This record gives sequence, C-alpha cells and structure tokens, in this order.
Amino acid sequence: MTAQEVNIALCGGAGQGIQTVESILTELIKRSGYNVFSTKEYMSRVRGGLNSTTIRVSPEPVRAMNGKVDILLALAPGAVEHMGHRVGSDTKIIGDDVGDIKGAIVTGLADEAIKLGSPIYSNIIAASALARVLGIEREDVDDLVGTRFEGKGKAVVEANINAITAGYALGEELVSKGISYRFETDSKVKGQLLLNGSQAIAYGAMAAGCDFISAYPMSPSTGVLIHLAAQSHRFGIAVEQAEDEISAINMCLGASYAGARALASTSGGGFALMEEGISLAGITETPIVVHIAQRPGPATGLPTRTGQEDLELALHAGHGEFPRIIYAPGTLDDAFEAVGAAFNNAEKHQVPAFVLTDQYLMDSYHNIGRWDLKPQTIENHLIKTTPGYKRYEQTESGVSPRGVPGYGTGLVYADSDEHDVEGRITESAKVRDEMVEKRLRKARGIRKDVMEPVVDGELDAKLLVVCWGSTYPAALEASRSLGPTVSIVYFKQVYPLPEDAMKYLGSAKRTLIVEGNATSQFGRLIRAETGHVFDHKVLKYDGHPFTADMLKLKLMEAI
Amino acid sequence: MEAADYDIASADIAWCPGCGNFAILQALKAACAEIKKDPKDIMIVSGIGQAAKLPQYIRCNMFNGLHGRALPAATGIKAANRELTVIAASGDGDMYGEGGNHFIHAIRRNPDIVNMVHNNMIYGLTKGQASPTTGLGKKTAVHIDGVKETPFNPLAVAITLDASFVARASAPDIKQTTKILRMAMQYKGYALIDILQPCVTFNKENSYEWLKNKTYYLDDRYDPRKKEQALKKAFETQKLPLGVLYVSKKKKTFEETLACYSDKEKSPLYKRTRDQEDVLAALEGK
Repeated sequence: MTAQEVNIALCGGAGQGIQTVESILTELIKRSGYNVFSTKEYMSRVRGGLNSTTIRVSPEPVRAMNGKVDILLALAPGAVEHMGHRVGSDTKIIGDDVGDIKGAIVTGLADEAIKLGSPIYSNIIAASALARVLGIEREDVDDLVGTRFEGKGKAVVEANINAITAGYALGEELVSKGISYRFETDSKVKGQLLLNGSQAIAYGAMAAGCDFISAYPMSPSTGVLIHLAAQSHRFGIAVEQAEDEISAINMCLGASYAGARALASTSGGGFALMEEGISLAGITETPIVVHIAQRPGPATGLPTRTGQEDLELALHAGHGEFPRIIYAPGTLDDAFEAVGAAFNNAEKHQVPAFVLTDQYLMDSYHNIGRWDLKPQTIENHLIKTTPGYKRYEQTESGVSPRGVPGYGTGLVYADSDEHDVEGRITESAKVRDEMVEKRLRKARGIRKDVMEPVVDGELDAKLLVVCWGSTYPAALEASRSLGPTVSIVYFKQVYPLPEDAMKYLGSAKRTLIVEGNATSQFGRLIRAETGHVFDHKVLKYDGHPFTADMLKLKLMEAI
Repeated sequence: MEAADYDIASADIAWCPGCGNFAILQALKAACAEIKKDPKDIMIVSGIGQAAKLPQYIRCNMFNGLHGRALPAATGIKAANRELTVIAASGDGDMYGEGGNHFIHAIRRNPDIVNMVHNNMIYGLTKGQASPTTGLGKKTAVHIDGVKETPFNPLAVAITLDASFVARASAPDIKQTTKILRMAMQYKGYALIDILQPCVTFNKENSYEWLKNKTYYLDDRYDPRKKEQALKKAFETQKLPLGVLYVSKKKKTFEETLACYSDKEKSPLYKRTRDQEDVLAALEGK
C-alpha cells in the first residue's frame, strides 16, 4: 500500500550526530525519488541538551513541516518528553531508553555501535534502519556512505558498512512490526538539488554577482558567510570576518562605493549595531544588500530559534529619512530570487535593500529543481566618469548616474554630511531641501519595481489569509486543505507595498494575518499604509515555526 | 604634479586660524605631488571631527564616512580596488576612541593603506572634551576633577601588534611631515602616522612651543627594524621621538590574501563579471 506521507522525528543531544542522520537520510530519500522536507530545532549549546530534526516524506512536493510525528527515534533519555504534544497515541516510538513507554520499541543502538568500535556508528545504524522502513535499497545506502567516508580510510568505511548491516537488521524488525512505508516515486526528484535557506541566500548572492562579504558570525546567519567563503576562490569573492558588525557594514559600504557588489549578513542583534551604517548608505546613496536572518529577541533572546520580529527594525533602521527596499522570501526559490532582486534594485535605486529570512528558513531543506532557481540578469548601473562629474546630480527620478573612483577621469565624492550635487559638505537650507527631496523621490521608482504578492485562491473568499516570509508554505498548505473558502496572499516583498495593495485585501469577507511575532508588525505596516484592519491575527512567538497542521486548526477556528 | 594641483579653490575651510590641520593639509598635498599621484587615483577616507574635514579641502576622491569608521571603509575600498592609493585620515578621538576596535584590527589585517591620525590630544569639533590621548589631570567641562584615564599610547599598541609601518610626525614641521607621509604612501602595508598637532582653541597645554620643546627626531643611525628598540622609543615620555619608529618584516597585505585576487587577476572588482551557470553548477556539486 502506498502512503500519503510520513513524519519522522530524530531527537537527541547536541554533538550526538543527529545532523549526520538527517543529511544521509534526506539525500537517500531524494535519490529514491521521494519528495522530502526536513528542518531542525536546537538549543544554544555545543554538547548535550535535546535537539530534534523532523523529516517529512511524501509523494508530493512538501515545503512545510507538520507538527504530528509518525515515527520518533529517541536517541537520548528525555527525548519523548522533549517532543511534547507532537507525540500522539499512534506515534511509533523507537529508542534505547524507552522501555517504560507502552508500545515503544526498545533498541540497542548504543551497544551495537560500541561493538562496531565507536558510539558514533549509532547514527549510521539509525539512518539505515529508517532507510529500510522507507523501502530504500541497501546498495544506495552503501554507495552514499561509502562516498561520504571515502577520505577517512578503509577501516572507517568498513565499520560503516557493518553499521549499515546492523541498521538493516533493525529495519527488518521494525518492518515486521508493521512500521513500513512505500510511496509512489517521481523520477524527476532523483536528480534534484537538496537545498536549505542558507544555501539559497548564499548562491542567490553569488548568482547576483556578489563579490564582497564582510560579516561577524551570528546564528542563524553564519551559514551564508560559510557558503560564500567555501566558493570564494572559484568565483573570486572577497570574504572577511570583521571584528564586529559595525566594521562589517562599513567595510561593505566602502567596497560598494568603490564598485564591489557587497553583502552584509547578520541577525537582529548584529543588525542593530549596523544601523548607523544603514543611515550612511542612505545619505551617500551607496547600494548595499543586507541579509537579516531573524531570531527571537530582545537582546540575545532565543539565539538558535526562529521568529519574525525584525520587520520594524529593518523598516526604521538608521536615523534620518531615506527610502529602502525590504524583501521577505518564504521559499528557497524565492530566497534565491529575492537576493538577486535586492542586488539589482539596490544598485538601480542606490538604496539599502534588505532580505529578511529566519532560522526556520535558513535550516530547512527540501528537494528543488535546478531550473526553479532563476538567476536574474546582473545590472550594475555604473557610468564612466569625466572631469567635472557630479555624483549627486539632480534628476527627475532622484537617481544620479553613479560613478566609482578610478573608472573614468572624474572624482567621486561621498559625504555623510549633507552635501551639494558634487558631494561636498554644505549647510545651505536650499540645497538641504533639494537633496532630501531628491533622495525621497527615488521611492517612486522603487515602487514601480515592487514584487507583487502571490495569490492562491480567489480574493473574494470567505477568509483571506495574509502572510510574509517563511510562514508562507505552512499557511499555503493549511489554506489549500480547507478548500475554496480560504485563500492566501503571500508578500515576498514587504516594503514598499504595491501601489494598489487594497486590490488584494479589499474584497474578502474576512481577513486574517499570520506572523511569527507577538504584535503583528506587518499587520501594523499594512494598516499604516492602507488603513486596512485585519479581523483575525494568528501570532506565534515561542521560537518555533508554524506547522501546517497547527495552522489549519487556527484557520478553521476563524472560518 | 605640483602641490597646487590638489587645491580646491572654492573650499570654505572650517578650521580655526592657526590650527595645526593647515600644516598637515599642506604636507599631504606636497607628498602627493612628490609621488606624482593623479588626484583620480587617490582616495581619502575620513570619519567625523575637525581633522576628518581634511578631504573636503584637497582635490581627490573622498569618502567622508561615520565617526570612528574610516578604517573599515578604507579597508573595503582598497579591497575593491587595489589600484587606488588609499589614505584614512581622522583625529585622535575618532581613530583611537570611537574607532579603537577598528584601529587594533586594521593593524592585524594589514591593508595597504596610510592611516593619518591628527593627534591634538583633545576633542575639537565638540569643543574641548578629553580624548583618549589627553594627559592625566587635564580639566575639561566634563572632567571637572581632571582626566583620570591613562592616556592611550598608539605607537606602542601598533608596534606590539606588528604594524607594517609606524611613525610619529609633528604637524608644524611641514618638510619632515611631508617626507614621512611620502614614505608611508610608498610603503606596502598598513602605515600609521600619528601626527602631533596643536589645537589653538581648546588645548593650551600642548601648544606649538610645547611641541617644539617636547620632541626630537630619531637620527639617521636609528634602525626601525628592531622591534624591542622601537617599543622602548614608543614608551619615551621625557621627550617624544619623531620619525619612523618601526617597520615590520615584509608581510602580505590584506588585499593580497583575498580570494578575489591572484597573480593573474588584480583588476578592480567593478570590472568583474560572474558566470551564473557556473554558480548553479557549484550548487550541484560540480
């Protein structure tokens, strides 16, 4: 019998190797032609504690997580309690320390692993047992594990092969107890990429021509810096770990002023330190792309968890008044696209462009076709200067032709003081007015380049759900499961809003907004810009993502 | 090139009459002329303060950024275009106070830039508060009982961190300051020049006369390659040595270590293109 889906949770301590199981199993699932989605939640510690990874397998593409767990592999004491209400009466619990739970299947993973030479082999045993449960061919596991450990010597490969044998034996036992899933396979999936949000942002930036990044490590943004560093030689990227975020943003601005395509990447706390730099970008009209991977605050908050609390921070970042662009992609392909749009539009309009993501998007993997990632044509909007060049020449659009030092014969002045058309300091009230108006005039062009929201369903539905960023896939799945009474509007650009935003919001009977914060920041922005007030708000701020099944219940309450 | 080639005729200079900055500006123009740099190839980056207004009064590229942040911006500019001669110029409050962390790490990073610090041992633009180099006990409107913090010793810090080039100059001596600036501009790697400078309005203690009596030039026999000796010189307080105190062993500059540059590829980043298909291939592990 073929199944609709299965949700597998792996729970254990930090440093125990859950991520190894996740990475091997998801790759195997994809290679077998099943669609896969996986995500993790983890504590801010290097060893111990309890972390979990959820893997969702389906014959259909899956882009969100479900709360419900079908199989729980408990790799440490306390794992079942840790998973809380996600474990139900029909959840199959498997583990070494679950003897006192009724119906649980007790294993000897740790002992088996030690017999093979190291506790670390329990990961391969577990991954292999689950592979068997999903009907994955043994030789596929041998292939993948063999390639992965090739560099570690013959003995290690051999021990791993023995671990696979032990895992398949355990898998047989599970199958004999009825734990077995078969799905229709999709041959297209086999050759697809298995990608997470960090990669989507990093490779999106590389495809957009990014050749400079300066950043200070901060969860959950660090992955982007690491991916760019890993490819820096191949693509000629200047990568520097700065002493702090203030240095990072100022290095990026210097590089951008001189013609690099610079990316700053951080999380809320680091971004707070960058704010004066954003203001400098505003007055010097220096293009800059800032990726903010959100996590719950205030201050250190929940450092490894997820949230959507920094929209207003990005919206108001930097003192003074100047235009800006804010994207909030909710899917991997949108993240890839948004970074490209951010680079092009930051350069075209000479403003800061933000890409807001979060821990959930950064750490979530799913299979995706290479052709779903669409690089945009790289536009740099630079001119060759001539003597007498005026960096801030007045134009109708407010955008002045942009030169960089050394390209042409003109001189390029950038000044954080108010300046005249040349870029030299001034306190003339007349020039001040002209320059403020010039900078703000750019908002018109920015609005013309807005990414329209994505609509699923009819706009005059009984209930219209509005969401932004990573809540989208779960909201989409929940809304679709409820049929035509519920429609969804997903904003992948949250600022500025499209000129006719009410076109999307005005015709539904009732409207509901879903956000990963406690005060409905986007709802407030929509109200300020359009006057629209939502009838319902579904807000979550516990540091965990929305799941499709939980959101479905919330939407049903609202209907 | 002549020093006058860097003049900006219309410049409305905001410095007080008699300010040491005039001499520094004159020395910088002379040094640029001596090394025959076209204004379009020179880049001055500054922060905020009276000293940071320097690039407003000299004809070349200018990035007048944020208070304390000239060094990161200058590092970014040099990383994006190695062909530019990059100078980061600001005062003691800007470079050693607000930007103190960047000062430490710029030295470690070693970009090929000149770092001019106009050190008048006072905050000028904000009207007379203590700076990190103000002497102990000096009374200001804020420090009503006198400065209690030990003065910052930039030269000792720079030598300890093995900065590529460490010098001290005295602003009123334009000829010697020009010479030191020229050497710094021609030296490959991070070059610090701490330029002692009188503030005629807010610092009556460190006057022109004080500078004259308090300083002396290192003689021709002094070997700046000896680190311990240089450090001793940096700690001298009776009289302050002027000249090049220290040059490190040859080391790679920040730009030379970046993955965007190689022996074959040294072009500025604005000239680069990207093979997007290759990015997708990399994502596929190819």
